[in-house]
Amino acid sequence: MSSIPEVVAINTFREAVRDRVLYNLVFFALMMIGAAILVGQISIGIERLVIINLGLSAISIFGLLMAVFIGVGLVYKEIEKRTLYSLLAKPIRRWQFLTGKYAGLLLTLTVNTALMTLGLGAALFYVGRPLIRADASILVAAYFILLELALVTAIALFFSCFSSPMLSALFTLGIYITGVFAQDIRAFGDLTHNGPLRATTRILYYLVPNFHNFNVIALAAHGEAIALSLVLQNTLYALLYVALVLIASSAVFSRRNLK
Amino acid sequence: MNAPAIEILGLTKDYPAGFWRKRMRRSLDHLTLRVEEGEVFGFLGPNGAGKTTTLKLLMGLIFPTEGTAQIRGMSIDDAGMHREIGYLPEQPYFYDYLTARELLDYYARFFDYSAVERRERVERFLGMVGLATAGDVQLRKFSKGMLQRAGIAQAILHDPQVIFLDEPMSGLDPVGRREVRDIILDLKQKGRTVFFSTHILPDAEMLCDRVAVLVGGKLQGVGAPGEIVSVEVQSMEILFEGRVGRVLPANVAARATQLGARYRVEVPEAELYATLEQLRGCDARILSVTPLRPTLEEYFLRLVGREQAQSHAVEVAAR
Repeated sequence: MSSIPEVVAINTFREAVRDRVLYNLVFFALMMIGAAILVGQISIGIERLVIINLGLSAISIFGLLMAVFIGVGLVYKEIEKRTLYSLLAKPIRRWQFLTGKYAGLLLTLTVNTALMTLGLGAALFYVGRPLIRADASILVAAYFILLELALVTAIALFFSCFSSPMLSALFTLGIYITGVFAQDIRAFGDLTHNGPLRATTRILYYLVPNFHNFNVIALAAHGEAIALSLVLQNTLYALLYVALVLIASSAVFSRRNLK
Repeated sequence: MNAPAIEILGLTKDYPAGFWRKRMRRSLDHLTLRVEEGEVFGFLGPNGAGKTTTLKLLMGLIFPTEGTAQIRGMSIDDAGMHREIGYLPEQPYFYDYLTARELLDYYARFFDYSAVERRERVERFLGMVGLATAGDVQLRKFSKGMLQRAGIAQAILHDPQVIFLDEPMSGLDPVGRREVRDIILDLKQKGRTVFFSTHILPDAEMLCDRVAVLVGGKLQGVGAPGEIVSVEVQSMEILFEGRVGRVLPANVAARATQLGARYRVEVPEAELYATLEQLRGCDARILSVTPLRPTLEEYFLRLVGREQAQSHAVEVAAR
């Protein structure tokens, strides 16, 4: 028998598939085919660099849009449409529902990212370059993108528990952008002589997820190896951060009166 | 002694109101109620009376400001309690990308059924609510009545002991209403407790062992539908034919309504025999004497009117 979060997750995945969320793959495929044909004609020797950069950036952006815009509606839509009423009357705890919704969207994003990475591989194959050992870093970069999406989804879900989709999307994107520039923000604070500002930038640095470490697209494009320690560090960081955000979401949602 | 099916003790719910959400509006006011196992219990009241609030509190969808409740001896905070209950929300809405069959299968997965048992249940309950042929249609193509049927099926799919139905007849045509009435009676025969809210009073009168009337968040009365109305002053209706050439007594003539050759007069129960004597005195032919019990609807409207008058008085006093 499946666990309760598993049942909810599979239904969330089914919803995404039936709402034609994965249609973005068609757009991605067309983009990769176009890029491969174009790059083959204009660049000499740098096809790999261009295709990998373009492909991984597209995987990241497509995934980010999905994580934010589906994530912010995960709980909100269920409350608004009152589908949650009959569900919570079953022997389900609210945290199980939340975990299931989160896992369902993450499953969707994983399938999406995996298929896009395959598409990227196909585009590289098309430009006539055999796959080499260094291409493993493309897989690592795609894995890091997925970890990043896992973090963004958790944050979107957290806001979805108490805020409207519009505000949740703004908050989530705000945190994402802050997270991308977390190291710069801290460095900026350290440069000033303003105590309160320095303290604020430090708090921000530790509070928002540090997305900088997850971006290894340039390394992958140049075929450079990615250290195993970074893989472990990013994995542990994402797991811990997601767990904390999900616990906070459950705490908020468990006390919420459904209208 | 067995625990009652439902025991509600002083359940109260306040909602913040106003722009700053500092004012509190009381939606349910110290509701205390006990429903025994096997009863069909009607929860009556106009829109905004607090019926749905009560059901949402019992389902754990909202949390009480004060008070507690137990279902079959288990607190409403206990997730295990949800194995014992079924719930049909008001104007139910389900995942519209699923078919009715998939929806029931989804809900059945939250209980410990094997795949074979789950499939058998889904088919049985689809048939019970008249959706056997629409099982593979996506819910987005369902009419309101069909959604209501799917809602009832999901509420009773796991054979719960206590079933809560929020306005189960709403949106149904007469045939659908009769089918729901049959389902409720069938559940009663199986010894289940059914607690349903409604504002369709004939349904309550027809189905319920007892009813509770809620107006403005306050409980107005609990009892058998007959008991609830019998507390009111009763009157008697006399139908008679007058004799040609005989004049009716003045007090009767003043109150009588002529219906062709017949007359109808309504008198207080205490005056029945005196009036009959007077009618006999003028050779009137008595056709029938019927005690006039106010219907549940009249009782209900009177309560609503009283409540509105009181709230008006409070508003005036507060000025």
